[in-house]
Amino acid sequence: MLLLSFIYWGSFAQTTKVPPLKIDEDGLPAKPSLQVQQNHSVYDYAGLLSPEQCRALEQKISKYYDSTSTQIVIATIPKVNDDISLYATEWAHKWGIGQKDKENGVFLLVSKDDRKVTIRTGYGVEHLLTDALSRRIIEEKIIPYFRKGDYYGGLNAGVDSIIKVLQGEFKAEPKKKESEGIPVFLIIFIIIILLIIFSSKGDNSGGGSWRSSGGGPIIFSSGGKSSWGGGSFGGFGGGGFSGGFGGGGFGGGGATGSW
Amino acid sequence: MKKTLGILGVLVVLGFFLYNFFVGFYNTAIEYREDAKTAWSNVESAYQRRADLIPNLVNTVKGYASHEKETLEAVIKARSQATQVKIDPTNMTPEQMAQFQQAQQGLSGALSRLLVTVEKYPDLKADKHFLELQSQLEGTENRIKVERDRYNKAVNTYDKYIQKFPGNMLASMFGFKEMARFQSDKGAEKAPKVEF
Repeated sequence: MLLLSFIYWGSFAQTTKVPPLKIDEDGLPAKPSLQVQQNHSVYDYAGLLSPEQCRALEQKISKYYDSTSTQIVIATIPKVNDDISLYATEWAHKWGIGQKDKENGVFLLVSKDDRKVTIRTGYGVEHLLTDALSRRIIEEKIIPYFRKGDYYGGLNAGVDSIIKVLQGEFKAEPKKKESEGIPVFLIIFIIIILLIIFSSKGDNSGGGSWRSSGGGPIIFSSGGKSSWGGGSFGGFGGGGFSGGFGGGGFGGGGATGSW
Repeated sequence: MKKTLGILGVLVVLGFFLYNFFVGFYNTAIEYREDAKTAWSNVESAYQRRADLIPNLVNTVKGYASHEKETLEAVIKARSQATQVKIDPTNMTPEQMAQFQQAQQGLSGALSRLLVTVEKYPDLKADKHFLELQSQLEGTENRIKVERDRYNKAVNTYDKYIQKFPGNMLASMFGFKEMARFQSDKGAEKAPKVEF
């Protein structure tokens, strides 16, 4: 049991780097693994930011996420063929940015060679971060920095404005939901161990089984806590979303600008 | 006695499997059809959103360009035509779909002519209200494209499911009909790709 929780803890204490961009058959970037989602909210595929800048943005986004459950994701890519607005919408929809029930995801995509930046709003934030406001944020906050080649400055100002616009709308989930985040393999593992205990105890199963099944939930709760710790404080990881992407939907709202 | 019992047993088992197969097919088909219907209502609400923006847009343009009467009236007319075409997606013939699409395209055409006209009026182009409306219109056109695409995908899943053997034999029995899709407008939209 002790060993188990150590293994579990260990997997979250490690730093994960954002793996290189991988395109699926549908032409959209592959969804990163849960562990990457938990550690990162900035996917700088075009290499526009320094590691420190990524971390600073991630920390800001992660902090905002912890209090509101709103997921802001930033990605940069070298180039998009065709319409960046549609592409970014499908990308964000596929990754499922934002909570499923609140649809509170915001996606910021920068295409370096096209010199275009787009804000995509999830269904649940469209009424606050309207298309017109998104455009204003892009034109007034982001693009002035981008013109000077300061990508970090633009993104930082953009994130600040988005957070300001969405202020007070969403509250973080009560932490009850944590137990849902426990990986299936862990549960299966525990069940197998319980089965082994069952079978080895053989005849005096009455007392044994009760005690061992009572041990289950204790591991659950400690496991859950360590996953939260790793996700949100992750000192060197910068910070992503402790629950991973929540499955929020995107319907094409937002705005696009070029610099 | 034993023999009849055995045959009965086989029949019961067979019946059970057949029943399961029927139920499975039926429920999945219903699920796909409902998904497609939901996708259709999203398409309609995206178009509705565009229609709702138009009175505001027309009024704003009127303030600066009142003598562009023809263009403005064309937009209003196209809007009322487009909002008149209502469709039940489960009973939609491809012709009805084409009619719906044509009406909406008529509105798109009238709108783009209006936006070209606007180019002549720098004051209007700088109007804050107009700029906001314009970005909302852009966003709405995007939403329409996205929802149309998703509708087509949902219909595709459903159509394929009810046409494949052996489902196709059951589909007519249960009354599942093929649903119509959007045909791409001129200048078909391709799936965007990333280049390195």
